[in-house]
Amino acid sequence: MSLQLDFPAVLERWPSFLAGAVLTLELAAFATVLGALLGTLAAVGRGTHNALISGACKVYVETIRNTPLLVQIFLVYFGLASLGLKFSAFTVAVAALTINVGAYTAEIMRAGFEAIPRGQIEAAEGLALSRLQIYWHIILLPAIEKVYPALTSQFVLLMLASSVCSQISAEELTAVANYIQSDTYRAFETYIIVAVLYVILSLVMRAGFWGLGLVLFPRRRRLGTPL
Amino acid sequence: MQQNPSSDSIVSLRDVQKSFGSLRVLDGVSFAVERGEVLALIGRSGSGKSTALRCIDRFEKVDGGEIVVCGHRVDRPDVDLRALRQDVGIVFQSYNLFPHLTIEQNITLAPCAVKGLANSQAKDLARKVLAQVGLEEKLHAYPEQLSGGQQQRAAIARSLAMQPKVMLFDEVTSALDPELTAEVLKVIEQLAADGMTMVMVTHEMGFAKGIADRIVFMHRGKVHETGPASILTSPTTPELTQFVGTGNLKS
Amino acid sequence: MGGHLNINHLMFLGQGALWTIGLSVIALIGGGIVGFVIALARISPLKSVRIASAVYVQLIQGTPLLVILFLGYFGLAAIGLKVSPLAAAGASLTLYVAAYLGEIWRGCIQSVPKPQWEAAEGLALSRTQRMLKVILPQAIRIATPPTVGFMVQIVKNTSLASVVGFVELMRSGQIVNNSLFEPFAIYAIIAVIYFAMCYPLSLFSQRLERRMGRGRSNLAPA
Repeated sequence: MSLQLDFPAVLERWPSFLAGAVLTLELAAFATVLGALLGTLAAVGRGTHNALISGACKVYVETIRNTPLLVQIFLVYFGLASLGLKFSAFTVAVAALTINVGAYTAEIMRAGFEAIPRGQIEAAEGLALSRLQIYWHIILLPAIEKVYPALTSQFVLLMLASSVCSQISAEELTAVANYIQSDTYRAFETYIIVAVLYVILSLVMRAGFWGLGLVLFPRRRRLGTPL
Repeated sequence: MQQNPSSDSIVSLRDVQKSFGSLRVLDGVSFAVERGEVLALIGRSGSGKSTALRCIDRFEKVDGGEIVVCGHRVDRPDVDLRALRQDVGIVFQSYNLFPHLTIEQNITLAPCAVKGLANSQAKDLARKVLAQVGLEEKLHAYPEQLSGGQQQRAAIARSLAMQPKVMLFDEVTSALDPELTAEVLKVIEQLAADGMTMVMVTHEMGFAKGIADRIVFMHRGKVHETGPASILTSPTTPELTQFVGTGNLKS
Repeated sequence: MGGHLNINHLMFLGQGALWTIGLSVIALIGGGIVGFVIALARISPLKSVRIASAVYVQLIQGTPLLVILFLGYFGLAAIGLKVSPLAAAGASLTLYVAAYLGEIWRGCIQSVPKPQWEAAEGLALSRTQRMLKVILPQAIRIATPPTVGFMVQIVKNTSLASVVGFVELMRSGQIVNNSLFEPFAIYAIIAVIYFAMCYPLSLFSQRLERRMGRGRSNLAPA
């Protein structure tokens, strides 16, 4: 065995790598925003007294959390197709990733809601705040602040997991790597470059969330609590 | 106010300096403990008394000065920590028994692991030290099955099993209510009567007065006043007067 | 080709499920051993060891498992090392699981209250004795629920080994689908089988966690 690495031969395809990385970030951004909304709704739904709604939310969360993302993506892909609906690979990927990260977000948000002391809500009721105001100021925002670190690591994991979308030919970073390595026959170099790119993407995301946290939660900044 | 540590001191601190960041907790602290002596460190919270005690067993590294404990130069970076800690026993405010071990296992762990005692010997030893603190019947209990006072007595027994030359007590009754405090203090009194050398940080002024051969009153990181237990009833500095006057001298 | 799902197909899927379990066990054992070393290295007194292990964790946790699998399979093959899909998948999953379990376990070791470390030190126990007799027995209790929880991730993640051609549950589903072409129905069956393997682990982990929560509340004050 002789190990001869030729990175330049692969690196000259940098426009493709760049396009793949951008698409990976787009996938992650769409799925993060939509998944955060879906997950928060599911967490609220689980907390309601309506057994049907809370049961449905529980089934959703447990089903998604206990099956592989790869299977979920294929189910969405072929499920939509069998209904005669034709969507781009990108749309299918965003849909599947949203459904996936929504379930994890729901679990994290539920923990955040449960961590709000009962006394906080009673104090707000005593101040004659409306139900909606209480929900927004006393429950939702403090809950997000509490679980912010867990939420953001989940979103970074989602970005990494989006590599699985290469299997339904969404042209994201891993898919790009797959065709570059079959073009150049330089698999090792290709995947090393892609691994480095993913590490950079995850560092960028973490730094972004950290900065966002400083803006969103001034109290934490004042107290110096690590985010 | 300072005295020179004599050569047969078991513990001696000379001009010890220690800061946490910009906060100076020990600012030139000196005192010595002779063999068989009981020394009580008193003072307000934040006066540096607990830090001074922890420096003796090197749970804190000092920034300057000299600490000699049973011949070990504790201030030096190359001090043999395991040898030091075989000579020094320490009992904490929060007992710190190991929750996954029975009382017997808590006691036999160090004698077996450190001194290489045979299991049967260690078990005999455990029975002996537990008898000393009045807990023979709790040999096979787990810590959480014991009251706070019993846990603290078991922790004292665990230290005794290493046959230390000096015992350190760091506010050992602060987490206990008065009734449980009394049973722990009784054990410590008996140790004093048996001639154990002891350094204790305590809030129990009445107890300190009754048992201590010498009192060291610390204030703002310095030894502010020191002398026999009688200084508690006739203090010479305004700070100690105020300290014993604010209801600390109860028994 | 067409045809209907028959008992042979189901047997084939069952065999795939067994390989999923087998690969999960390999990943758990391999990743557990390496992860334990990582956890200890992360709290080593030597700064260089701490940094090296932290870099390892950061790199692995910043790379998708799929890419690690490709590196392990196509990558090694490209430089002349012929490895079987099982060996490539097992090695890649080991490296991956080690980074995550190592971090989980480091957290558990460090969450043993500081006074326990000090009490062990005060009794003159050596560093190794403190770890083995005082810290690890308590850390293992703390680590059990999150470790069982992570086993769910391992089982699910083995599905990616299908991409490098290892015939576990996912891959056997794809193979069955190639002859029947009923993708939705087959992947639904696959999902149900995964759920049947993962959900009991999830429930078990949750129950352990609740029991721990109760146990912790009646421990002595820290």
